[in-house]
Amino acid sequence: MNTFLCFPETISADLEKVLSELGYEFQKISDLQAINVLEPRDGWFGAIIDTCVNEQKAIDICRELRNRDTKIAPVILIVQGGLIARLDTLNDLFDEFIAQDAQFQEIKFRIRSSVKKFGRDIQSPIISYGPLALNTETYQAIVGGRHLDLTFMEYELLRFLASNPGKVFTRDTLLTRVWGYEYFGGARTVDVHIRRLRAKLGEEHAGLIETVRSVGYRFGRIHW
Amino acid sequence: MNTPAAKNQNNYVLRTVEERGVRFIQLWFTDILGTPKSFSITPAELEDALEEGMTFDGSSIDGFSRVQESDVSALPDPKTFQILPFQKGNSELARIFCDIYNLDGTPFEGCPRHVLKRTLTKAHDLNYNFFASPELEYFYFANQDPTKPPKPLDNGSYFELTVADLSSDLRKRTVLALEEIGIPVEYAQHEDAPSQHEIDLRYTDALTMADTIMTVRLVIKEVAHENGVFASFMPKPLEGVQGSGMHTHFSLFQDDKNIFHDQNADKYLSETARYFIAGLLYHAHEITAITNQWVNSYKRLVSGYEAPIHISWAHNNRSALVRVPVIKETHPESTRIEYRAPDPACNPYLCFAVILAAGLDGIKNNIELPQETTYNLFELNGKELLKAGIRPLPLTLEAALAEMEKSELVAATLGDHVFEWFLRNKYDEWNQYSRHVTNYELTRYLPTL
Repeated sequence: MNTFLCFPETISADLEKVLSELGYEFQKISDLQAINVLEPRDGWFGAIIDTCVNEQKAIDICRELRNRDTKIAPVILIVQGGLIARLDTLNDLFDEFIAQDAQFQEIKFRIRSSVKKFGRDIQSPIISYGPLALNTETYQAIVGGRHLDLTFMEYELLRFLASNPGKVFTRDTLLTRVWGYEYFGGARTVDVHIRRLRAKLGEEHAGLIETVRSVGYRFGRIHW
Repeated sequence: MNTPAAKNQNNYVLRTVEERGVRFIQLWFTDILGTPKSFSITPAELEDALEEGMTFDGSSIDGFSRVQESDVSALPDPKTFQILPFQKGNSELARIFCDIYNLDGTPFEGCPRHVLKRTLTKAHDLNYNFFASPELEYFYFANQDPTKPPKPLDNGSYFELTVADLSSDLRKRTVLALEEIGIPVEYAQHEDAPSQHEIDLRYTDALTMADTIMTVRLVIKEVAHENGVFASFMPKPLEGVQGSGMHTHFSLFQDDKNIFHDQNADKYLSETARYFIAGLLYHAHEITAITNQWVNSYKRLVSGYEAPIHISWAHNNRSALVRVPVIKETHPESTRIEYRAPDPACNPYLCFAVILAAGLDGIKNNIELPQETTYNLFELNGKELLKAGIRPLPLTLEAALAEMEKSELVAATLGDHVFEWFLRNKYDEWNQYSRHVTNYELTRYLPTL
């Protein structure tokens, strides 16, 4: 719950203290892959990227965060002298910055205010779409008033799709976002799980998950 | 086991058990012969079971540990947690597959799931994903009393449309129960023989499919039992009609590309696929004891019943051991091979493991694929077959065991523990059978000799 992504793996004692005072968790990452691998099940709450140690890698990570199907905000940069002057060239990649030598109170204020401005509200545990409802706290799924007896991966796949209705996802995206770790099946696994989900949804509701020919899958309709 | 992913999976299982009021969780595993084994635990024991496994006395399971080192641990695989469509009393019942470990945390060598996982990992190291899609045949009988001949429920045959047919109704109910637990069925139909049915499963990765076969066999038997009849996967329960096979379609994928397919090759069959088939044919006689593991299995593998008896391959020849269905140009992903020897009473974990190992060996050593057999093999006599260079499959369990015993491939794939135990157990079975004076002998010899 409420987990900030922090890069790199060394973070200052002040920042750690601020996060804990504000009631946020954090997960340190060291590379791009870790964004997906270590992502908490309810997604990243925001990101704090320190550019002072390895600027290029930090910027790559910001870009990756912006390119994801589900946006992460706020992205807060920690910057020092040289980069502050060049921040304009990066302004699409972050929401807020903090100078490296900022004091405890300033860090706290900036994080809090940017969460207010850009962050999401505390999310409702219920995801619902038409006849389908998922409770992300109890891991239960109901369609047309009937319980679905899902396996863990089927549940995770349905949760991800239902959180992003109308969006088309490729098999590869689903594999990295939903599975995110080694699995014997490879990309075909996605098809297998979609079929299993459709079977469990039953004929009447199987159409909630649509196959988009030679691209991937989409949950629900596009409304525009 | 403490990665975030594993923790989430465990949480999922624990919360679902709580929310759905599951009172018993069955821990499932299989012995070396593919017999399902299970014990039930309560939700209170579940959390520890997921973290540390449940210790039990392995010497009570055939082919598991020797008595002096008997304790092993069943560690549930949370990805396989599933609420079952049958209730126990008034509460939900769930199952979860287990891997068996030694108490020091190393995989237990007698666990068939490990055997398959180990072989799949070898394929995975080459970036191959192995997919399987079986066709399970079985019979419904009115009784289960082994002293009487089995009584079929109907006299229907292939694709027959009949009204008020109990066994077809049972099959439909079975398909619905399977869909409910997320096992999509490709086709279900009445087979050739009276009361014989077939359920074809949509492909999945081989490990999931082996688990699925264990589940499907149980669901078929359970639905039959609920309706007062009996379902059997015995390979040849009735003399004079076709037996039950488990023809299985296989393919290899690299990422999401089917590497059995080649747009430019003859009938789109890639070089990799040709090597894979060649490996299977090359090792076919060595793996037959695994794919057809009972004395009775060899009563199915006789001529005249569409069961393979010769080591051969073809595109469209149902007498061949390996059949390569001709596919449409527009469906490159469906290129596959069909191995027609296995029967539904095999241990699916070991069966898939030896088939994959044989195929991979063909790829590794670029084994050359012999000519396709386009004529009906059942019509050829021994001399003609010999001339065509076509070898027979082993004719009996004993012959199959003798071939397996010589096979380094099977020994390496199964591991010493399973290999040795299997041979010992099966030679025992053969010896018992050899000593048995059959009805055939009595009716044929007693009056005249």
